This record gives sequence, structure tokens and C-alpha cells, in this order.
Amino acid sequence: MPGKLKAKIVAGRHLPVMDRASDLTDAFVEVKFGNTTFKTDVYPKSLNPQWNSEWFKFEVDDEDLQDEPLQITVLDHDTYSANDAIGKVYIDIDPLLCTEAASVISGWFPIYDTIHGIRGEINVLVKVELFNDLNRFRQSSCGVKFFCTTSIPRGYRAATVHGFVEELVVNEDPEYQWIDRIRTPRASNEARQRLISLMSGELQRKIGLKVLEMGGNAVVGYLQCFDLEGESGLVVRAIGTACSLEKLSSGSILNTHTHPNTAPASNACNSPSKDGKEPVFGEDLPSSSGPPTPFRALPTSSSSPPPPFSPSKPCSRQSSSSDTDLSLTPKTGMGSGGSAGKEAGPLKTLLRQQTQTALEQRQEFPFFTLTSFPSAFLLHVGGVVNARSVKLLDRIHNPALGNTRSYKLLDWNSVTADEPETRDAWWEEIRQEIKSHAKALGCHAVVGYSESTSICEEVCILSASGTAAILNHRYMREGCLDIGSTDHRFEEPSPPTCGFCHIPYDELNMPFPAQLTYCYHCRRQKVPDVLFTTIDLPAEAAVTGKGCHIQARLCRLKKKAQGEVNATAISNLLPFMEYELHTQLMNKLKLRSMNALFGLRIQISVGENMLLGLASATGVYLTALPAPGGIQIAGKTPGDPSNEQHILTIQKRINDAIAKNKELYQINPPKLFALDPEVFCGTNMELTEEGVGSPIPEPRQRSRLFRSHSESSDELSELDLSHGKKDAFVLEIDDTDAVEDIHSLLTDANPPIGFYSCNTETMPGIYNWTSGIQMFTSVRILRLSNTNLTNQGLNKIFTDLCENLLKSFYFKLRSMVPCCLCHLNFTVAVPEEELIQVAVTAVAMTFDKDQTQEKLAEKLIPKGGSDTDEQLQFPLELCADSSNSQPSSKISGVPESTNISSRAASVDYGSFADRCSTWLELLRLKAHTIRRGSVKTSRRTQSLAHSVSSLEHSSPLPEGRSRSLRSSRSFGGSSVTVVKMTPLSFLPGTRIIKYLGIINMFFIRETTSLREEGGVSGFLHSFIAEVFAMVRAHVAALGGNAVVSYSMQDCVLMENPNKNQAQCLINVSGDAVICVRESDQDSLASTTTIGHSCSSTTDVTT
Amino acid sequence: MSVELDVFVGNTTIMDEEVYQLWLDGYTVTDAVKVRMEGGVLDECEANADVVLSDTMDQYRTFHMCERLLHSPAKLANQLLYQITPHRQTILIERYYAFDDGFVREVLGKKLSKGTKKDLDDISAKTGVTLKSCRRQFDNFKRVFKVVEELKGPLVENIRHHFLLSDKLAKDYAAIVFFANNRFETGKRKLQYLTFQDFAFCAGQLINNWTVGAVAGPDSFVDNMVEDMDVDLDKEFLQELKELKILITDKDLLDQHKSLVCTALRGKTKTFNEMEANFKNLSRGLVNIAAKLTNTKDVRDFFIDLVEKFIEPCRSDRWTAADMKLYLTHYTNSVHILDTFKHQIVWDRYMGVIKSCIFKMYHD
Repeated sequence: MPGKLKAKIVAGRHLPVMDRASDLTDAFVEVKFGNTTFKTDVYPKSLNPQWNSEWFKFEVDDEDLQDEPLQITVLDHDTYSANDAIGKVYIDIDPLLCTEAASVISGWFPIYDTIHGIRGEINVLVKVELFNDLNRFRQSSCGVKFFCTTSIPRGYRAATVHGFVEELVVNEDPEYQWIDRIRTPRASNEARQRLISLMSGELQRKIGLKVLEMGGNAVVGYLQCFDLEGESGLVVRAIGTACSLEKLSSGSILNTHTHPNTAPASNACNSPSKDGKEPVFGEDLPSSSGPPTPFRALPTSSSSPPPPFSPSKPCSRQSSSSDTDLSLTPKTGMGSGGSAGKEAGPLKTLLRQQTQTALEQRQEFPFFTLTSFPSAFLLHVGGVVNARSVKLLDRIHNPALGNTRSYKLLDWNSVTADEPETRDAWWEEIRQEIKSHAKALGCHAVVGYSESTSICEEVCILSASGTAAILNHRYMREGCLDIGSTDHRFEEPSPPTCGFCHIPYDELNMPFPAQLTYCYHCRRQKVPDVLFTTIDLPAEAAVTGKGCHIQARLCRLKKKAQGEVNATAISNLLPFMEYELHTQLMNKLKLRSMNALFGLRIQISVGENMLLGLASATGVYLTALPAPGGIQIAGKTPGDPSNEQHILTIQKRINDAIAKNKELYQINPPKLFALDPEVFCGTNMELTEEGVGSPIPEPRQRSRLFRSHSESSDELSELDLSHGKKDAFVLEIDDTDAVEDIHSLLTDANPPIGFYSCNTETMPGIYNWTSGIQMFTSVRILRLSNTNLTNQGLNKIFTDLCENLLKSFYFKLRSMVPCCLCHLNFTVAVPEEELIQVAVTAVAMTFDKDQTQEKLAEKLIPKGGSDTDEQLQFPLELCADSSNSQPSSKISGVPESTNISSRAASVDYGSFADRCSTWLELLRLKAHTIRRGSVKTSRRTQSLAHSVSSLEHSSPLPEGRSRSLRSSRSFGGSSVTVVKMTPLSFLPGTRIIKYLGIINMFFIRETTSLREEGGVSGFLHSFIAEVFAMVRAHVAALGGNAVVSYSMQDCVLMENPNKNQAQCLINVSGDAVICVRESDQDSLASTTTIGHSCSSTTDVTT
Repeated sequence: MSVELDVFVGNTTIMDEEVYQLWLDGYTVTDAVKVRMEGGVLDECEANADVVLSDTMDQYRTFHMCERLLHSPAKLANQLLYQITPHRQTILIERYYAFDDGFVREVLGKKLSKGTKKDLDDISAKTGVTLKSCRRQFDNFKRVFKVVEELKGPLVENIRHHFLLSDKLAKDYAAIVFFANNRFETGKRKLQYLTFQDFAFCAGQLINNWTVGAVAGPDSFVDNMVEDMDVDLDKEFLQELKELKILITDKDLLDQHKSLVCTALRGKTKTFNEMEANFKNLSRGLVNIAAKLTNTKDVRDFFIDLVEKFIEPCRSDRWTAADMKLYLTHYTNSVHILDTFKHQIVWDRYMGVIKSCIFKMYHD
């Protein structure tokens, strides 16, 4: 008897007229939890009833508290006939079960009806009294905090990151039950909503149990999805990252604004009580030596498969075909040739119970759903790994069904178990494949991990992707630093500005052909020429210029088919699509003169007669990586003069575009290395005094020059200088396809002036956010009337669709300029034959153009300020580069030069900067070394942290104040709490002071009067508005004023205009929070942590 | 290939004021797109026609969905469906309830019934205001009328409170309600030169001085609760107005009055001779209007009577506005000197309004 739930119905307002005669309503309310129902009195003849009921008390298990929603039904009393339902409110009481989250739910909730939408509002009060439960074998997991945010939530510190948790629950879909034929659409929709609510409650509880077993107290990066498999059932699945979070004291909370700069865990790590001593990664740690050979041995055509990606392609082809085999002959077990680690057969996963230790599971999948990390957590990034498999859906059998509680509410549930294969086993396979891909890249972990499905009829594509990485073990558990050092390559800690770019794999045994160079930043380790990742840009990464949203789009026609044939056809197409998407991404990246992609998300959606592929990412120029070569056009028939001419014009257009983009995104990378070996050598500095050298021609270049400094190393002589001038990417025009490709490459419009866009959390190169934000969801569906379309035609249509959507956004949001569209999240689907649906959720955030400089400095602070040890970094190089474009980047302010030096881990480097009293001296030093060429330096003479731009940034505080003053304009005054929503994990200009719990809602809306509601557009428009309203109402009732990490997981629309009908399902999630505007003082202290670190760093000056 | 569905929903509802105005003005989506493109919207943000069309459709849909709320503006502030800043809410309401002077002039004083609504297409054709916009404006009048009809208390206050309108707009609506309730004739040819603002001013005068509420004053709590107190004219007062007849029926009084006025005016105006000659006519006109106001029919003709009996004769004699002011001031004040005349209070209450109405109405 561990909990008492209390609910009170206060009042209603704006109720609909239910009695035509009197134009009034006799409303009463039913409050239901589990199997207990209470009723209020009837409040006669009013549209604004005041029930003011007693407290209805439910005494329940905490297990029930977690699974069940509180269900409130508003009805119209009718003396002679049955009472009419006005609508319902489902309240998830999970947030009340955490002591740290909300304590009471109180507020106005929209009364929702699946047929009529919102019909008035009801004021409800809900409280929970929890009793302590000492039962060790409890089934509930109250108290485990859930976060959708894919980083360590602000205000918290990750003591330990335990690892991957996943769970899935299956059930029959009520919509496909026999009873559905005789009940009303409303009853059917409500059964579905209720079922899904129960299932996600159960899912959350089960994941919570796993977390508790691992010794954690929270799930971060919680991602829950529904698979509506139609006849074969309904799957609710979730993944997340288990963590032990500690709340930061209010003093240190200030530091968390810009990024979770949590302190190193080694000293503060609170070992989880039970199994904290167990290695998190266990034997999975790669000895870096030999990744399983199949990957290296795979035939990758030498011409163009671009490096970071290539392992996944051949593999996914291989395994997807084998998976198809598997799904066709389910009982034969694993016939998979290519993928490793299949010893865990379906039987094992099938029987996986909660008895299986969490440890085992962690060993199995060292995956992390996080996309951004505390500094020093992420050591190296290998590249994107992804896996897909095509499955034929069958009637779901869930072996766990017998002992879960979900069946209790499904009295019609009589599924017989005849097939041992489960969705669990499917995902197990995919994850194994991902794991082996990561291994092939020399990585022991996968970060930014996510899973998705696309279903069409009985075919289902399962996809998983992530970024192979090597993580710092200090965060995993105590005292395992020695593991890292078994690998000589990781002996020296790399500077966080570039360390993550250094290759984790063995360069002699490269898993794919890639051109390696020494890091352009630290010159110590090798980096690839391009880097693709699914994570956010690390806060401390050195970036040149600004980033931009890059998208590759692709349509492929496919013959209509059934069953196995269909599945085979799809799995045969997949590798080609991935390859093409990848080529497109690569071309577009090069066209923008960038060298890395972050937040890469590749979706492949299956329809009856086509496959849609959409890859979105944010391109940036990582300073540590070599400059991308251009794109060269080559004709197949060189002899033809007209053709030659044609090629020349195209080449010119491409070159122009590249030049234009460089300017647009302010990419002024240091070309020095490539152009002038002598200058390059200058980067090996030595502490010697000499006169000012001549090779520094002009101020502008000088400022550039300073971006490269490095502790010397003997290996420098091995540097392959040719990489700087390496051959351009060659595009061959040999057929019309290629011409199309080039055209589509060039037709991608850049955002209009004043706009930037990205699909990551923050936009590289923009840091001075002001408080204006606008979250939006946009959906567009295109009907292809032309039946005999070609692939090219389809591609064009699809590309235009995406481009036009973007154009529409820019236009609509033009009043917010200058602004950036962040977290642009495109979701494609093929809801029916001939229909293409694209749904986008994003947030537009305003920024202040004038303060770019000031804020640049601000942004740097987390890098410098977070580390407490003593290693010098180069945090301001970014500024130096980006400020090149600023007219103000002259070097006049020499004497007050600020050397930002910061301290970091483990290696004892002498401070160089403090010996150089002025900037001029430094200049001379540099000049000298440049002239002298490469000179070996001692270990002690270390990196020099210096930046020209810091000169201009030396007094950012006054500006910071004026900014926050301006942003403190209040929105308020309305009687309804303003609730801001954003897909990001933060709100600019505010501080999150409390997380109130996860919001996870599922709604169905149906209409039988489509025309009257304004057609499909009107129908969906009001439904989305209603969903927003309900999310806001729930957040406000929890006492919150914002939703962060908001996302719309599903938006499934089915329409039948001929019957005047439509139905739509939407699933949204996010974290409810309370945030406060940074008061003047706060903003000074934290502007964003600048005050502190600036003062500490300016000490070094002169 | 066709766009099957296209929606854009912001957490904070996005509304373009220009498009809102086009929507209110009853433009179709196609016309609105045309207007916007001619207005140079394409130069912003590298837009193209498709983008403008999509945006316009979205906005129209949003407005259409919000319209229900605008019908009871108080709901807009505490509804949960659309997150709209209070500032925006005010703009939305104010613009929605704004009307075209040309249109309102046509329906002023008419019964706000279905019959009138049927004539809206004629009015639309005549005024150049689109039929859609006419309907919205007409429905607004009717809605405000219906709501305040059942309410007690001061008219302007009620309108402002229930429809969250600005003071100015609330007063205009009060005028419309007042005219519709008393069915004042405003459509005659002779009244065509008068604008809505002229009438609105007169209505304000009548409401403030001649209604039940006017006597009660804002402080008297009991009378404050009288229904229609600002809509109906004070019946007692109208009865008392009959007593003024003595000013024209009693020969002595009339002559005395005339001589007092003429003495005061002599030498002060060029049109003195005409004033002197017309005095009896004019005075009879004004007093007769007062005496007849007990008849509902004559109340309706109040403005036409003012024009025919007073304004037109003066105009034909080429009085200037200053002449008019001078004459009416002395005409009103001289009565105070008449010893035998006992109805000074009623006279002041009557002439106060008449004076300001005539001042307002005396123009070309």
C-alpha cells in the first residue's frame, strides 16, 4: 500500500452547449484511476460549472501509480437517455512520484475529445502521498528521473554514466480488434489512447527498474517511440542512458548555463551502492589492435566511397540481406555472415527477463543516447555507424505478456504464442551490428545513438545509428584510468578543442580508405579529412566560421510487391540509397567548403512504390581538420569541344558557389600550411628572442598565423603536406544522372540574409542569443498525380518540397531576423501511395548581430573555465579565425593582450604565456621561429594560448549587461501562463532552476466532417494547435513555464476525403521545467560563466 | 503533383498584421496574395509566389479558427488553444471590431435584423466594402447589440468590458447600439452629408444627457442597475419637454425672448437681419421638435427635423459656424432672463444637447 493519490475537481469553463433546448449543459465529472471511479455532483445548467468537489482518494500500489494515468471524464447528465461524454483529460502522475520534481498538479486542462477536439477546460488538483517501500523485489521504480534532454541536464552533474537502457512492450492494437467493428470511433480511439498511455507508463517503470539495478538514479536522453504495425500489433519501445546524477548546489548552478561543465568524476564519483564496482564496459574495451577483419576486407570501391561512413554501407548491405533471410525463416536462427557477435541468439533475448543483470546488458551495448557530453568525457570520435534491416511483420508474440500487467486491461487479449521471434531479438541484432561497426572503427562506445522504424504494410525497416567513439573512463567508474593507457595512442591527453577529431583507429589498419593528416590544431595526432557524426558539436571544439544545415534527399521507385519479394527488393535498394545520400552529403559539404557534419540523421522511409531517403546534418569547418578540396568536374568524352565548354561553365559555377559560401559562412581557414611549408614550420615555436621576422606580411594574416601553435613533437617531420593541396573531389559527368546531381547540388539555396539554420542544439559561430524564440511544427503532404515518374523526376519533386518548406519558414519568421533555425528536424513518410509527407519541428531563435564579438569570448569560457588542471589550451583560436572577417580585427590593442590560458588534465606543462609579457613579444617569437623553420622544442615549451580576438573581447561585461536588460522584457500580463517550448535543451537568456518531469503524450484525433473543418489542412492545423495547448496546460499545471527538448516523435495522418474522414495520431515528448530569466546579476556572474573565467585568465595577461 | 496538405503551427501563434487586415477586408486568398506581392513582399526573404500563397493560406486558416474566440473577446485572454501575447490579443480584437465609416453610415439607425442583412450585398456594391467584410461588421454590431441589450449599467462601460475595446471604439459601438435601438432615421437624402462621426458625437450627447442613466449619474447605485438605462431616452424628460411649448405659444414670451436675443446680437454679426427675421420660425422649429419627442416616430425623425427646421434655413441665409454659435448661445441663455418661464432646467438639458449637435452637424 505504498501510495495515496488524491484528486479534486474544482471547476470547468467554456464548456460546449450540450442541451440545444436551453443552450446550456448539466455537467458532472468521473474521476477514474485503475478500477476505481468517483463522480462529482451534477452542476446543472451552466457552461462554467463550479463543482468544488471533495478530495477523491485512491489507495494504490506505486507500480500502478507509474503505469496508470489519472483519467478524468466530463459528461453531460441526461435524465432520460445515456449521459453524453463531453471529453477527457488524462493526467500522467509520474512527475509527482519524484521528490525533486513537481509536488502538486493544479491548473486548467483542456477537455479533449477525439472527435471534437478541445471542448472547454477543467480545473483539477492532484496530489500524491508516497509511503516508503522497503521491499527489495519491488516492481516499481519511483524516484528515477527521466529526461528527454540528450545531455546532462543543467543544474545536475553526472557522477557516473552507467550506459544503455532499453525496453519494449508490445500489445495488440485496439483499432484492429474485432470489437472495433461494433464500437464507435470514439470508443476505439479512447481505448487506443488509454492503452498507449498504460504501455508507456509500464515501459518507463521497467526502464526505471533497470536503472535502479545498475545503481543509477536517472535516465537521460530518453527516447520513446511507437510502432503502429497494424494488424500485427502495437510496439512501444524506448532507449535511454542510465546515469547517476547529482544536483549541483545553487552556487555552482550558474556554471551550467552554457554547457554542462561538470567536474571530473574521479574524486566526486559516488559509487552506486550495489554494483558500482563493476566495470561498465568490461571486456568490451577494444585493445585497439584488430577490429574484426571483415570490415577492412570489404571491397570498397576505391573511387569515391567517402571514408567515415563506408564501413556501414557494405555491412548494412550484407546484414540487411541476411536479416531478410532471417525474417523469412525465423526459426533457423542466425545465418548472418557479416555481422559479429551473434552468439546471443534470439532465444536469449527472448527470455531476457529482469533477472538478467544490468551488467550483462551494459557489456552488450556500450551505447549512449546522449549527443553532448561533459567536457573531457568524449575523447575521440570514429565516425557514423549505422545499420538497417528489413523485416516482415508477423503477429506479435510477446512472451512477457503472461507476466506483465498490461494484459489485465485487455480482456480481448488471447494471442497465442506460436512464433518465438520478437521485436527484442530484431533490435538485438541491429545493436550487435552497430557494436561491431564501432569496433571496426577502433571504438569501444557508440554515442548519439538512436533507433527508428519505418513501416509500410507488412514490411518494416529497422534502423539504428550512432557515432563510434572512445570515452573517458573516469566517468564510467572509479579508478580505471589505466585501461585507457593500454593503448599508446591515448597516452597524451589531447586538447579538448581538437582531441575528439583524432582518429581512434589504427592508421596502419584503417577500417576504410581515408586520407589522414596530422591534426591542424595540435599537430600531434592524425585526423581524417572529413568527419561525420550524429552528436552535437562539442562545446569546446575549435570551429572556423559558421555552420549550416545540409540535407541530402533521395527518392527511389520500387515495384509494388508483397511479402518476401518486397522485403528483398527493399533491402537490395537500401545500400544504393545510403551510398547516394552519402555522396550527396559529401558534395554539399564540399560545396560549402566545410569538413565535418554533426547531428547527422539518415531516414529511409518505405512506401508501397517508393523509398524516400533524407539525410540531415549540420556542416561545420573544424579547424583541426584539413581544408576540403574543391569539386572538380570531369567529362567522359574529353575530346568534344562543346562538352568541354559545358564542363567549364559548370566548373566555374561550382567554384563560384564555393567561394560565395566561404564568404557567407565566414570560412577563412588558415591556408598557410598548405601553401607555404616555411610558414607551416613556424608553428613549432621555440622560446628564443630575435627580431621581428619578415614572413608575416600583413596584420590580417598575422592574426591567422596565431591560430596554429602546438607543442612540438618529433613526428612533425612526417607531416604530409600534400594533404593540404590534395586532389579535389572529382565528379564525373558521364550520364544524365550526374548532370542532375550537379544541378541539384547547385540549386540548393542558401538561407536568406539574416538567417542561419542547423539541426543541432546550437549553431556553431553564433553565441549571442537573445530571448526571442518561436518553436513551430510544419507539415506538408504532396500528392504525386503523375503516375509514370522517373527517379529523377521524383528527386526533383522531393528536393523542391524540402527546399520550399525551408523557404516558407524563412518567410514566416522574417520578422525575427537576425535569427537562426535550430534543431531543424525533418521527418519524411509515405503515408499512402503517391503521397509524400514531410513534418518539421524546429525553433527559431533570435540573436544579436552586434555582439557577435563579445559573445564569442563568452562562448569560449566553458572550455577554459571548466578544467581545473593545468594544460594550456587554444580556446580562442576560433575567435581569431572568425574575427578575420570582422573589420575590427586589427591588432592595435596590443598591450592589453589577453592570454587565455587554462589548465587541464594530467600533463605537467610549463606555462609559456606567462613568460611572454606582451603581445609584441609573442609576435616576435613567432616571427623568429617562422624564419628558422622547424625546430624541435622541449616538452616544457608548450602551447601558447593567445588570440587576437581576445583583445576586442577583453571587456565583455558591460555589453552583457545591456543585453540581458533588453532581454528582460516580460511577456506576461495574461491570465494564462505563458509556456515556451523548444526542441533544444535550454532557453536562451534563462536559467532552468527545476526539472518537473517528463512530458510524454499521445493523442488521436478523428473527424467525420473533414470539409467542415477546413479540409485536411484545417483538421491537422487545429489538431497540432490542440496538442501544443495540451502540452502547455500540463506543464503549467505542474508549475512549469517551459518545455525543453520537445519533440514530435510521430505524426501519422490518414485521410479519406471521399468519405469526408480523417484520422491523425501525434506523439510528443519533452521535459517540463521552470526557468527564470537571468537577473542582471546572474547574467553577469554567468554571462555565461564569463566573469569568473575571464578574470582568472586575465591574470595571465602581462 | 499537388500540395495535399500544408500547415505551419507556432507555439506562439504567428499573425501577420498585413494579412490580418486583408482577411478582415474580405479579400480571398488569391486576391490577398496578389495584393501582398504587389506590396513588395517578394523582396523580403527571397520569397516566391508559392511561399506567399502558402503563408497566406496558413494565416487565413489561423484567423478563421480564431474568429470564434473573437466573438467573445474575453475568452481570448483565458483560452488555452492559442498562445497569443496580450499585446497581440488587443490588436486582434480592436481590428476585428473596427468598421468602415462608409459601411456603418449605411446601416446606422436600421434595425439589426435578418432583413437588413439581406440588403448587405447592395450596401457592399454601394460602398465598395466586400460583402464578407460587410457581414463581419454587421454581425459585430448585432453581437454587441445583443449582449448589451441584456445588461444593466452604463452602455459604454459594458461594451468596453465585454468586448475589451478601446474607449474610442466602445463609444462608437455605443452610438451604433443607441441608433439601432431608437431607430433614428439617417438615410434620407438631406442627411447624406453627415458622417458617422457626426452622428456618433450626437449619440454621445444624447446618451450622456437625455437617457435615464444620464439623470442617475454614475454614483447612484440603485439607478445604475436599471436596464437599458443608456439606450432608452428618459421618458419623464420627454414629457417635460412639452412644457417648453409655452416659449412659442405664449406671444409675450416669444417677443420678449426675441428682443433679448436681438439686443445681444445686434452689431455682432453680418447676418443679423436674417436672424432677426427668422427668429420666430427657428424658435418654433426647435421647440416643436422638443414637444414632439414623446412620439417614437418623431424621435426617429429627430435628426431630419433638426436639419429641415433649423440647419437648412440658416444655411440658406449663409450663416457662418461662428454666427450659429453666437446665435444659439444667446438663444439659450436669454431664456434664463424670462421671469415667467419656469422650466429652466429642462430647457438647459434640452438645449445643451441641441446646441452641441447642431454645432457638429452644421457643415457642408
